[in-house]
Amino acid sequence: MSTDSIHGFAMEQSGPAVEAEAIVKIFGDNRAVDGIDLVVPVGMVYGVLGPNGAGKTTMINILATLLRADSGTAKIFGHDVLKEANTVRQLMRVTGQYASLDEALTGYENLVIFSRLLGLSPKEARKRTNDLLEEFELADAARRPVSKFSGGMRRRLDLAASIISQPPLLFLDEPTTGLDPHNRARMWTLIRRLVAQGTTVILTTQYLDEADQLADRIAVIDHGRVVAEGLTNELKASIGTTSLHVQLTEQADTDNAMSTIARVLGAKGTVVDRKHISAPMANPDLIADLFVAFRDAGIRLAELSVQKPTLDEVFLTLTGHGTTEETKENVE
Amino acid sequence: MNGTLELNPSLVQPYKQTLGQIVDNSMTLAYRGLIKVRRNPEQLFDVTLQPIIFTLMFTYLFGGAIAGNIRNYLPIVIPGILVQTVIGASMVTGVQLREDMEKGVFNRFKSLPIARISPLLGALLADTIRYAIATSLTFFVGYIIGYRPFGGIVGITLAGALVIVVAWAISWIFAFFGVIARTSASVQGISMLVLFPLTFLSNAFVPTRTLPKALRLFADVNPISHLISAVRQLTNHANLVVGQDLWLSLLGAALIVAVFAPLTIAAYMRKA
Repeated sequence: MSTDSIHGFAMEQSGPAVEAEAIVKIFGDNRAVDGIDLVVPVGMVYGVLGPNGAGKTTMINILATLLRADSGTAKIFGHDVLKEANTVRQLMRVTGQYASLDEALTGYENLVIFSRLLGLSPKEARKRTNDLLEEFELADAARRPVSKFSGGMRRRLDLAASIISQPPLLFLDEPTTGLDPHNRARMWTLIRRLVAQGTTVILTTQYLDEADQLADRIAVIDHGRVVAEGLTNELKASIGTTSLHVQLTEQADTDNAMSTIARVLGAKGTVVDRKHISAPMANPDLIADLFVAFRDAGIRLAELSVQKPTLDEVFLTLTGHGTTEETKENVE
Repeated sequence: MNGTLELNPSLVQPYKQTLGQIVDNSMTLAYRGLIKVRRNPEQLFDVTLQPIIFTLMFTYLFGGAIAGNIRNYLPIVIPGILVQTVIGASMVTGVQLREDMEKGVFNRFKSLPIARISPLLGALLADTIRYAIATSLTFFVGYIIGYRPFGGIVGITLAGALVIVVAWAISWIFAFFGVIARTSASVQGISMLVLFPLTFLSNAFVPTRTLPKALRLFADVNPISHLISAVRQLTNHANLVVGQDLWLSLLGAALIVAVFAPLTIAAYMRKA
């Protein structure tokens, strides 16, 4: 099937996949979503990045017709999430942060029932279930109740349930939390395949790395508001480059090391601490040149690392505060 | 994930809210309910152990005192226990619905393009199986201890069907409590408060003429009494007796559904 048919009636209006305006949702005195605007173009991975309690899941639930916003409007492929909820439900699937599966049933039974509910015949449902279990390497666990599944197995089954048929829009709420690196990489591959075949994906994550790897555009959410939005590369550029950290063996080498770094990296370093120097590094490839330069100059290193900005640093840059206090204030 | 899965967008037909779809979705979810019962047989204690224990207990406890001997008491007490057990089982519908609605899987039901009402209908449908189990077991235990109703298989079948229909109607009341209550414990609390007096202050175990006047007035108008009388008429006569009590029971059941089905559905749709 081509990408035309996946969007068949979704594409009647050639607008964006998601268009949300001034969405507000308040729980008690917690303004969980505090006036979010979101426009997600068709055919991309859109990353929603933010710490715990920033309002990511609440926003997804509103867009997925699971929660009613206090104010604001949201449209999925031009269809209002309140007035045309059933059309919207047909155009999207949601894989939640907390797996929405039947604990008492086996993996096999879960998928058969969801397939039947989506209108597959009993025979089609069984076939599709077996294909999905195979794909997600759950065939061995298929006859066990979900209550006995590990966290990673639940995530995989949950995602399998969301792609019984390939949806035009897929919400993935922290899809790789609790997955091992092997399955995380495979999840990423699957997400890319879905996008290549026409699905628009909205992905929430706490990992900068994941958003960086997958998303074409990113919205950074904090305290229920969008604090930054743009193409992933633009956003990264605004956040800053990777940084080099050098720990020297001898303090006497500090000046010499500083001038070597300036010469090789073309950037001025900072003495963080007696023997600890940090410097911005635009091109990580220069690390080899730097090693050679240090050896030639007789500078001995205790430790050297190249670090990407962490989510904490991103938040510090964008909001002026880190993520830790955030989490404490905004426990949902 | 091995990357060989065929991604097929055309598997699912566009959703249309038709009666056929509602029935299909509800049957699928009723099937889900039955799998759950099979997985957790302890959910069946109220419709398996209770009819066995109550039948034995009440028969041997009251039989001699009320009817002179056990054999004469059986035609009185078996219909009473049948109605008490099955109507009691309909209470569990509300409790389980409440528990179910709090689970994560309900979120997925809500996000799917299915008839909104089908999880509720599926639950009510699956529970008729529980009523059927309770009905069969009560008659079976009665038979073992000497119950030989004149109505025969036909009478018993009709009586059983009547009780199941009425219990299904009443389960709408408990489903309503289940939908509006905050916790399943409170559903259980409210339901017990209603059910206990209704089933005991009836003609289930004793002839109402032995009761003090005020109590007798209540027991005689108690709809449960009419249902029990209807069951006795169907089971205890060789010729099929279709009396006033049968029609009253069916009318009552229809009234309950007419009132509580819209109420429950409205409350459910607001929450779901």
